[in-house]
Amino acid sequence: MCEIYFDESLILKDIDVNSREELLRTMATNLFRKGLVKESFIEAVIEREKNFATGLPTSSISVAIPHTDSEHVNKKAISVAILKEPVNFGVMGEINVETPVQIVFMLAIDKKDSHLVLLQKLMEIFQNAEELQFLILEENKTNIKKRLTNHLQIR
Amino acid sequence: MKKKQVLVACGAGIATSTIVNKEIEEICKENNIECDIVQIKITEVGSYVDTADLLISTTIVQTEYPFPVINARAFLTGIGLDEVKKEILEQLKK
Repeated sequence: MCEIYFDESLILKDIDVNSREELLRTMATNLFRKGLVKESFIEAVIEREKNFATGLPTSSISVAIPHTDSEHVNKKAISVAILKEPVNFGVMGEINVETPVQIVFMLAIDKKDSHLVLLQKLMEIFQNAEELQFLILEENKTNIKKRLTNHLQIR
Repeated sequence: MKKKQVLVACGAGIATSTIVNKEIEEICKENNIECDIVQIKITEVGSYVDTADLLISTTIVQTEYPFPVINARAFLTGIGLDEVKKEILEQLKK
């Protein structure tokens, strides 16, 4: 089990945003309002995404895992946004390549090593088209939370 | 054979490199290869120019280095994973 903060209020379902920056700002501000990250996290995560893109094309729906340095984090947390319409993210490790992302996992993580299992489980979800489809289609946040908590082995 | 130094890098040095780090450890273990794996931020690669034998990165590498660079995104998405593992193994066995 991994100690990481996650609840329904960190699930943003069917949010309607016009840009990647607006999306990142919405998610990060939400984490800040809950006291999980410092205010500096908001700009830091936006800036980091510009320099080190985190979009990941999978075999089905593209995802992204925006995150930034641990100094901006108060408490380990994960936030999920499921978008009505995809927003373009740069592809991790590529220059000038974008992918239309529909599910975003924003990670507020502290020092390394402590979250290996969480990340491994997250990658398992990315490789599971059925699971990604569930997140897109499910309307009920409690169900989404249950499913993710279970899959990611978090509490 | 000299123990190889393998750099595993990502933007923050804490998230995706953690996964790749673990995977490289596994590859080494399975193949009985001893190597020194160093998990870093991509901006820290410069400090290892003289000692590293290989750089495995999930992020863009725009600088030219005297050692090979392998993109590790496949470890996150599973797409093209076998090829990347093969490529890494070839470098480690060199």
